[in-house]
Amino acid sequence: MSQTARESMEFDVVIVGAGPAGLSAACKLMQQAEAAGQELSVCVVEKGSEVGAHILSGAILETRALDELFPDWAERGAPLNTPVTQDQILLLHNQQRALKLPNWMVPKTLHNEGNYIISLGNLCRWLAEQAEALGVEIFPGFAASEVLYREDGSVKGIATGDMGVGRNGEANDSYMPGMELHTKYTLFAEGCRGHLGKELYQRFALDRDADCQHYGLGIKELWDIEPSKHSPGLVLHGTGWPLSDGTSGGFFLYHGDNNQVVAGLIVDLNYSNPHLSPFDEFQRLKHHPALAQYLEGGKRVAYGARAIAKGGFNALPKMTFPGGLLIGCNAGTLNFAKIKGTHTAMKSGLLAAEAVFEALRQGDSGGNELLAYSERFKASWLYEELHSSRNFGPALHKFGQVLGGAFNFIDQNLFGGKLPIRLRDNVPDHAQMKQAALCPRIVYPKPDGVLSFDKLSSVFLSNTNHVEDQPCHLQLLDPDVPMQHNLPRFHEPAQRYCPAGVYEVIQEEAGKRLQINAQNCLHCKTCDIKDPAQNIRWIAPEGGGGPSYPNM
Amino acid sequence: MKILVGVKRVVDHNVKVRVKADGSAVDLDNLKMAINPFDEIAVEAAVRLKEAGIASEVVVVSIGPEKAQDTLRQALAMGADRAILVPYAGLSEPLAVAKTLKALVAKEAAQLVMLGKQAIDDDCNQTGQMLAALLDWPQGTFASELKVADGQVEVVREIDGGLETIALALPAVVSVDLRLNEPRFASLPSIMKAKKKPLEQVTAEELGVDLSPRLELLSAVEPPVRQAGGVLVATAAELVAKLKTEAAVL
Ligand SMILES: Cc1cc2nc3c(=O)[nH]c(=O)nc-3n(C[C@H](O)[C@H](O)[C@H](O)COP(=O)(O)OP(=O)(O)OC[C@H]3O[C@@H](n4cnc5c(N)ncnc54)[C@H](O)[C@@H]3O)c2cc1C
Ligand code: SF4
Repeated sequence: MSQTARESMEFDVVIVGAGPAGLSAACKLMQQAEAAGQELSVCVVEKGSEVGAHILSGAILETRALDELFPDWAERGAPLNTPVTQDQILLLHNQQRALKLPNWMVPKTLHNEGNYIISLGNLCRWLAEQAEALGVEIFPGFAASEVLYREDGSVKGIATGDMGVGRNGEANDSYMPGMELHTKYTLFAEGCRGHLGKELYQRFALDRDADCQHYGLGIKELWDIEPSKHSPGLVLHGTGWPLSDGTSGGFFLYHGDNNQVVAGLIVDLNYSNPHLSPFDEFQRLKHHPALAQYLEGGKRVAYGARAIAKGGFNALPKMTFPGGLLIGCNAGTLNFAKIKGTHTAMKSGLLAAEAVFEALRQGDSGGNELLAYSERFKASWLYEELHSSRNFGPALHKFGQVLGGAFNFIDQNLFGGKLPIRLRDNVPDHAQMKQAALCPRIVYPKPDGVLSFDKLSSVFLSNTNHVEDQPCHLQLLDPDVPMQHNLPRFHEPAQRYCPAGVYEVIQEEAGKRLQINAQNCLHCKTCDIKDPAQNIRWIAPEGGGGPSYPNM
Repeated sequence: MKILVGVKRVVDHNVKVRVKADGSAVDLDNLKMAINPFDEIAVEAAVRLKEAGIASEVVVVSIGPEKAQDTLRQALAMGADRAILVPYAGLSEPLAVAKTLKALVAKEAAQLVMLGKQAIDDDCNQTGQMLAALLDWPQGTFASELKVADGQVEVVREIDGGLETIALALPAVVSVDLRLNEPRFASLPSIMKAKKKPLEQVTAEELGVDLSPRLELLSAVEPPVRQAGGVLVATAAELVAKLKTEAAVL
């Protein structure tokens, strides 16, 4: 509708997404412009209602990229308050027992000396302040909903979504058409499974020479715990129970500051049993003494979920195309061997900013393919790091947790990730689902309301909200697929993999139908990834909608 | 006619708050803050009066922390002309705010003051009324419709069981209700422009107002958790018995 009514604005660089990748790129661009005494206009659009509102991470931060961007981050008051003091790795055998891995057996990549336990949301808020002080225009509450192209096919910028459009697609009283942002270069920093990124991958065949991307769904809670149980700096990682039956994943529990801990579970989305519910796996996990010992007597204060792209080096796409660059998890720069994607996302942002500024300084008028970014990437420690971890994920997928773990131990600790092997793993996650009838049903215990909770009361703590009267942002390419294909074959797994209870199969007189409670959506992107028929398309809802995470 | 609009920075209405572990206050750490929704409606109404050529200038005022500048910028992006921040880090109380606004009314020679009917954090619903009393101006509270013409403000008020229409002679104080209007979205160009609009800081001392609290917060408690589901009783007698013994209401 009303495409004609759109106005446009010009910027030298437009960045989509105020996560660590986008904000680092913005700061770096401005720092270079300042040093060169050059005018530069940079804007960042962010779909969350404020910077950080949609950021959910662990998080343990490796400071390498931050050190490069702001060597004086401590003086500038960056929210890195809790250095890691202790690493523990646990293998859970069953709901009671756990084995603590001796330190020497832990793959090197999982050691965290020198790292910090942080809230990535708060780090992004701080980065946004730095960026604004440097002159970046940041626009929270505006989603990039469309890629704009020049006549020669190069990316010309983006358009923000229309505001005030009703469910039926008609304009409301408060209607405001989207805005076109035209630019020389657009940096796409939407994070894992960006929806504009998805379009760019297809249009420019960016992943033609890459292995397929793999994903995990991370579910996380923030707890206030009893001060006597709190030991700031303690980092717990583990795997095993309650995941079974070939499903892999791992949990984390970090003791941050202010008597808070975060607990979370990342379930690999290549799981095959459609009865599996990552949400319920996490809920029962918290009853294990290894976690419950800290949580008991505490209070859950926030909940959320977000997918991660964990394919690593082998799945990296081409990150350049005419007029634009992919940075951060939108390209898949996460290092799964470390379960860390923040420093790598930031570094990719820095490299992109260098390539873009270099071009602009030489009078580039935009729209070109900046291969200099790929070259800088190849020459960087980021490439080195991802390359040496390239077999980590595939080893776990191929050989399972135990043998794969052993392989990783040998590869990482003895050979520093340099074994001349390339393990590959080329079945996409959505194609792994087996028929429901062939898989054991999983009976989850009822939540006790103390350590474990139901989905609705959890979603409540994500503060998620979408204006009700707007077109559904979860699109079914074929509306019949859920009931005719997914229900009989897979017992419609969306009911279980969605961590927000958005998808419900409702029995009505006329038969069953899929109800989509889009207002509950947490923007985790799992449905877009895992639907076995690839029939769900996540698009950005009206700007400002979605979770309002605190320090997540 | 110059309009003064009060805006408060409050916790966002979508955010669930909790009480601090020691029960001393509501915990606002890390939470998203926003413009008080009723104040946003007041800004919208004022800006519409300006657009209609009735008001000459819209000045927005906040008494609050440094961060309230963001809130003021938001109001400027909606179309207000200027902003004034009276910095105050503590919890602002209605009487102190009313006194501050009174001083600013004098300083600015404003003829109409518009406010939200209440702030969604403390739900006091007092500032407008106190200000009208201090100024000795007529007041129209809970406005759901508003007309300004010929030195008069016509206010339709939402009252129990219906609507009441009153006419006030200017200068006046109006507090607004939810149904008055639907505030606009600020566009990107207007957000950029708002960054360049004047935002002045005036201290309470300069205005001769004492903001220090007169109220003491004794404790904060969360509302009781509602028990899930009801109890099915078989007979009326059982119901009466349960009301007596378990609910203890008879
Ligand atoms: C549970 C969990 C635990 C993790 N633990 C760690 C850890 O301990 N250490 C570590 O280093 N990493 C960790 N990670 C990974 C890390 O969080 C990511 O790698 C990192 O956040 C990627 O940064 P990014 O900037 O690429 O994307 P994101 O952080 O995802 O940011 C993207 C931003 O773009 C916005 N956006 C997206 N699309 C649009 C659009 N169309 N228009 C406007 N805005 C848009 C989003 O709202 C978001 O704010 C974890 C991740 C998860 C899920
Ligand atoms: S609807 Fe999709 S994106 Fe939204 S919370 Fe559910 S699985 Fe995640």
